[in-house]
Amino acid sequence: MAQAQSRTPSLAVPSSPHDHGGGSVSSVMTAVIIGLAPVSLYSVYLFGWPVLFLLVVTLAAGLATEAVMLRLMDRPVRPHLLDGSATVTCLLLGLSLPATTPWWIAALGAVFGIGVGKQLYGGLGANPFNPAMIARVMLLISFPKELSTWPAIKPLFSGQALSFSEGLGVTFAGDKTPALPPDAASAATPLGHLKTELTMNLTVEEILGQGYSHTQALFGSLSGSAGETSAVLVLLGGLYLWWRGVIGWRIPGSMIAGTAAMALVFNIYDPSAFPGVAFHLLNGSLLFGAFFIATDMVTSPTTPRGQLVYGAGCGVLTYIIRTWGGYPEGVSFAVVLMNAGVPLIDHYTRPRVFGKEQAGGPPVGSEE
Amino acid sequence: MAEQHTPILPAFFPGGIEPEEHKELTSESPIRRLPVPDVLHVPLKQHIGNPAQALVKAGDHVRKGDVIGKPEGFVSAPVHAPTSGTVTAIEDYPAPHPSGLNGPTVHLEADGRDEWTELDPRPDFHKLGPAGIRGRIRQAGLVGMGGAGFPTFVKLNPGPDRAVDTIILNGGESEPYLTCDDRLMRERPKEILHGASIIGYTVGAKRIVVAIEANKWQAISAMLGASVGWPQIEVVAVENRYPMGAEKQLILSVTGREVPSGRLPADVGVLNQNVGTAYATYRAIVLGEPLIERVVTVSGEAIREPANLEVRFGTPIETIAAACGGYADLGRLIMGGPFVGSALHNTDPPMVKETNGLIFHARSQVPNEPVMPCIRCGACVEACPVSLVPNEMYHLARNKEFERVQDYDLFDCIECGCCAWVCPSNLPLVHYYRYAKSEIQAKERQKEVADIARRRTEARDARLRREKEEKEAKRRAKKKQTDAAKAESDTTDPREEAARKAADKRRRMRGKSPQSSDDGNDAEEGDAEGPGTAATSDESNQR
Repeated sequence: MAQAQSRTPSLAVPSSPHDHGGGSVSSVMTAVIIGLAPVSLYSVYLFGWPVLFLLVVTLAAGLATEAVMLRLMDRPVRPHLLDGSATVTCLLLGLSLPATTPWWIAALGAVFGIGVGKQLYGGLGANPFNPAMIARVMLLISFPKELSTWPAIKPLFSGQALSFSEGLGVTFAGDKTPALPPDAASAATPLGHLKTELTMNLTVEEILGQGYSHTQALFGSLSGSAGETSAVLVLLGGLYLWWRGVIGWRIPGSMIAGTAAMALVFNIYDPSAFPGVAFHLLNGSLLFGAFFIATDMVTSPTTPRGQLVYGAGCGVLTYIIRTWGGYPEGVSFAVVLMNAGVPLIDHYTRPRVFGKEQAGGPPVGSEE
Repeated sequence: MAEQHTPILPAFFPGGIEPEEHKELTSESPIRRLPVPDVLHVPLKQHIGNPAQALVKAGDHVRKGDVIGKPEGFVSAPVHAPTSGTVTAIEDYPAPHPSGLNGPTVHLEADGRDEWTELDPRPDFHKLGPAGIRGRIRQAGLVGMGGAGFPTFVKLNPGPDRAVDTIILNGGESEPYLTCDDRLMRERPKEILHGASIIGYTVGAKRIVVAIEANKWQAISAMLGASVGWPQIEVVAVENRYPMGAEKQLILSVTGREVPSGRLPADVGVLNQNVGTAYATYRAIVLGEPLIERVVTVSGEAIREPANLEVRFGTPIETIAAACGGYADLGRLIMGGPFVGSALHNTDPPMVKETNGLIFHARSQVPNEPVMPCIRCGACVEACPVSLVPNEMYHLARNKEFERVQDYDLFDCIECGCCAWVCPSNLPLVHYYRYAKSEIQAKERQKEVADIARRRTEARDARLRREKEEKEAKRRAKKKQTDAAKAESDTTDPREEAARKAADKRRRMRGKSPQSSDDGNDAEEGDAEGPGTAATSDESNQR
């Protein structure tokens, strides 16, 4: 009998736990991609072919860079390409650019974001800065004109819609005219418009009276980056991520609260120079940033209190840059700045450990 | 039903998870007694602490309940013959441990009569007094039945400066698959409560709280029914959340008391006992039976007929599996629950006191997901029931920054596995914490040894200095004397004198000289430090 027993199969003996919740990096990334779908599709609808081309270009350039870098670093290419993290970065970058961005700028951004922003730091999980935002900041500094040329809304299937070849021209041949408003001037985002007009000694009320309405901001008939068109769809995608457990409430909540608090205080102080809370929340990429950018796991704090601090910092900085900075929008700068503080935030916001006065501290009640 | 009458205490501890329970596989299988096998392999170490020492030899006939291994040291437990029969050998045999190593084991051939040794039932346990009860619990070989296997009598002796006012009877059983405590509570609630009252009497606790996870409402109702007439016993339902069964987490949820880091539950006046231990206490005191069997949940997708079996210790797992219809497509065998249990190499090892579950996972349940880098999602921080920052601890342990990982409260980690369970990157996080803990402990032991060696060297250097000074003083005194007595007649060659002294010294260092008897310890130390240092001291002596 003993001999029969010794022939029982030799089994693997991994260390406990011997159970897993079933989550995976790729399922997290897939959820983010699904969350981005409504706003991406809507943006394709609003601006037509150029948005689609833009997204294809960033994806192709980004994934190619990822593959090359992985190969150079002697890492397995396939599992990392398929984990979806590069896809998310490229989508976020593409959605943060104006639809009229020429292909080579978009491609340069993707190569920089993935190559320098992510892989040079050590690849997935090791990058201190949000790669999509570091790429966008690089592009914004290098190509301010291209990054602030906003197309007019010309929905697909409508009379104004761009034809396929016109779309190709916008993205690949630098012929932006068909995408721009009829008077050939660049359409302005509400934030940009406000910023220029405020310098002309107009009051907020007068400027917003020139045809802005919150309803437009909610449903996205105002110009802007591809991803910042409709507040409602961004919110929808964000709620989906929250429901899937991919993002918590802390970072989006505190980021929105941070901007809202600043807007409230200054709006009360001087309503003619500072627009109200609703304007700040619904315009620009604040919501997009709060739900999809600042929540990037790799570059945000992991401690609950840290996430509140970080989110609030993003929100306050966004408001400061919008209001007093040189650019009409500040989400990408705010996020990148706060990224730099994440290790410090994480270190000082560790939760109180069970049975201890504080993290790394003495046991509770040890003063007796 | 019961769930409507009993309020559910929420989990007061942070984090926690809700894994799939898989309890339905066995929760409706009544406890079935497994026939005594023909051959048993009874390990002499079935508990935390020192292994027991064999008291029998090959050829001895033993009766059920005879002591076959006596405890060695304080934290240890005796081992009893699980049935009557003949000892065939005392040899190493595969131990139920992930290492797959062998351990000293008593091999027993059952005679089929299964006759008890003389028992001494004491239903009137009050007459024994607390010390008497503790003694009997120790003699009965009781250890924690929740899976840890810590000798019970040690826990029942919290010491004079720790007044225990509350016993928590842990019926949490928050690990997936396991239903042995559930069945025990449903089928033998009176006996459990009787045992609990003995434990309460032993430590002088006024209050006994039976805490059961809310998903086991039949157990709650059975225990509530049985508790009628025991005014000091309360039955409470606790939230269904892993790791509710963890000692400190359960104490916090039930009593609101937080056990300080590095301290014992008794420091906050609480004693935590598993319901199985209470049942074993009842049998040990009231029936006088030593611990020779227990209920084990045999479950998992690879076993054909999952069941709750009452099994004698020493029964090979293969025999237990055969009694459950055998297994197919076995991918992983876990002793204990899937979260804190250990994986075994094969089905050879025997069942022991701490075996509360045997889980036969199918091949498809063994993970083959690739391990990815940490993406800092923070899910582990949310899930940790101790509020640690597991992702940082992982990086520090991986980079061997052992000092910093201790600053991140590594030793507060209870290795419950919540962090690894939620990790999307499939990182074996707990494995890294175990690694860091064992490295740090090994370093500390090394440091202790080095400290002892350093102290010895210092003591010896001081002694040598002192001796040299004394010798010098003696020499000077002698020289003065000789000079005064006879300046011209000095015939001794000074070099010869020095050589003789050095030889003398060397002999003394080896401990052969009669002089070494008065400081024998020092001589031993000189030996322990090896020839290198001895040579140096010789030279210094000659100078």
